[in-house]
Amino acid sequence: MRSWLRQHRLALAAAARKWLAQRAAALLNALALGVALALPAGGFALLEGLQALSTRSAIDPQVSVFMRTDVAPQATQQLAARLRRDPRVHRVRLITREDALQSLRDTSGLADVVSALGSNPLPDTLVVTVAASGEKTLDQLAEELGRAPGVAQAQVDALWARRLAALERVGRLALVLVAGILAVGLVAIAFNTIRLQILTLRDEIEVSKLIGATDAFIQRPFLYLGLLQGLAGALVALGLVWGALALLNTEVAGLARTYGSDFRLPFLSLGEVVGLALIAGGLGWLGAYMSVSKYLREIEPA
Amino acid sequence: MISFSAVSKRFPGGKEALRGLSFTVEDGELLFITGHSGAGKSTLLKLIPAIERPSSGTVLVNGQNVGALKPAAIPYLRRNLGLVFQDQKLLYDRSVYDNVMLPLVFSDHSPREAARRVRAALDKVGLLGRERANPIQLSGGEQQRLAIARAVVNRPSILIADEPTANLDIDSAGDILDIFVEFNRVGVNVLLATHDLGLVERFATRVLRLSEGRLLGESGAG
Ligand SMILES: Nc1ncnc2c1ncn2[C@@H]1O[C@H](COP(=O)(O)OP(=O)(O)OP(=O)(O)O)[C@@H](O)[C@H]1O
Ligand SMILES: [Mg+2]
Repeated sequence: MRSWLRQHRLALAAAARKWLAQRAAALLNALALGVALALPAGGFALLEGLQALSTRSAIDPQVSVFMRTDVAPQATQQLAARLRRDPRVHRVRLITREDALQSLRDTSGLADVVSALGSNPLPDTLVVTVAASGEKTLDQLAEELGRAPGVAQAQVDALWARRLAALERVGRLALVLVAGILAVGLVAIAFNTIRLQILTLRDEIEVSKLIGATDAFIQRPFLYLGLLQGLAGALVALGLVWGALALLNTEVAGLARTYGSDFRLPFLSLGEVVGLALIAGGLGWLGAYMSVSKYLREIEPA
Repeated sequence: MISFSAVSKRFPGGKEALRGLSFTVEDGELLFITGHSGAGKSTLLKLIPAIERPSSGTVLVNGQNVGALKPAAIPYLRRNLGLVFQDQKLLYDRSVYDNVMLPLVFSDHSPREAARRVRAALDKVGLLGRERANPIQLSGGEQQRLAIARAVVNRPSILIADEPTANLDIDSAGDILDIFVEFNRVGVNVLLATHDLGLVERFATRVLRLSEGRLLGESGAG
């Protein structure tokens, strides 16, 4: 056991030495792997953000009921009262046309526009929060309300969230495809760099075989090298994704503020970071393993 | 003990390098193998660590038929042998010290003990002052001594050297042969190939003479 540990420690040290010995190439390699990894990792982070956004809005399914501008305020009040008694309804918020105009006026930069309007073009609005969620109730209620007297339009606010979710599913599929292709590329990169390493270290491998090194012993540093390269790639990828998200978030923050939201695109969670590292390391290891299986056997002392 | 019986080696090209060789080397023996260039000396020595395998016949090393070993068993055979190659096979990307350290990776010595052994081996071949040098900075004879140090650092019971004195002047060659004789004196079984008959004659020891892959005869103490 102790000697087993020692052999692995030695192999890791040898791998690190091999890696450092060709710093520039190793750096470029890590960069190439990092870019290849950053694409699916970044896509994943974006999707996570979208998902957070769509579930967040789906939690609170609402129907916005816009009254016709020519109905009397009492009619709106009556409809609100009726809805409050409806068991499907959790809450009803009434925004009168005066309130709506006032809040528009308070919105910076719009005061002049509002005063230029003359008469109030805004309708009374009822924001209906549904008690039991579920698309069916929501759609049914919206349809009923749409036909109610004095109502101009009833609109399910979760609609865009549903569209977002559909978009997200398409994105997820595309991401899986891209990730699959890039994984193959990653293995190929690792395969090739290890192949070059094996060829340049031909003498060392031959001598190792002559002094009684087992194949497993000779392979180990190369496998660790593949692993290290994958991990370095993951590190670069995380840096790229973090930078890109930070940049995007400065824009997203501004956009979200106009909706009264503090939404930000979240960075990958700790679990996802570890997952990415494991996948990248694993793919590097796999490429190295394939390379080693193919080329190490060919080097026989003579 | 090493024993060859009716060993032949035919290379893929059809070249018959060894033809029906039979001989035995007892433990602790010092054996010279001589013969013209191309006689088959290197081929004979390579059969012992299973670098080459016989086409027919058997090679026994300490009772083990090395020609029939599974590839996975070969490393363990080689760890018990000290090998000095005709082309030395030093690694030029590391120091003299690290070259000698190589075979110790497989033994369970503490780093302290490993370092002590490396120094002892370098001391025996007179290279103790050159530990930090790169093998490329050594003279031909020094490189050959380095190869010997690497071969003996694990204290093998069998030491096999292929032309360890090639390209050396007679004094340096004598110095190197003295190193092998010294190892033999402490019980190491030494097999040494050389085409330098003049050198061999200085030692009262057993000599195998090869020609065209055949055993021409034996001479000396045996
Ligand atoms: N791998 C090989 N493939 C084909 N022929 C070989 C191979 N190795 C050696 N031979 C041939 O076998 C014969 C014996 O070679 P070997 O190297 O054993 O000779 P040697 O006695 O060591 O010669 P030298 O004194 O020049 O080192 C030579 O004719 C050589 O050409
Ligand atoms: Mg030879």
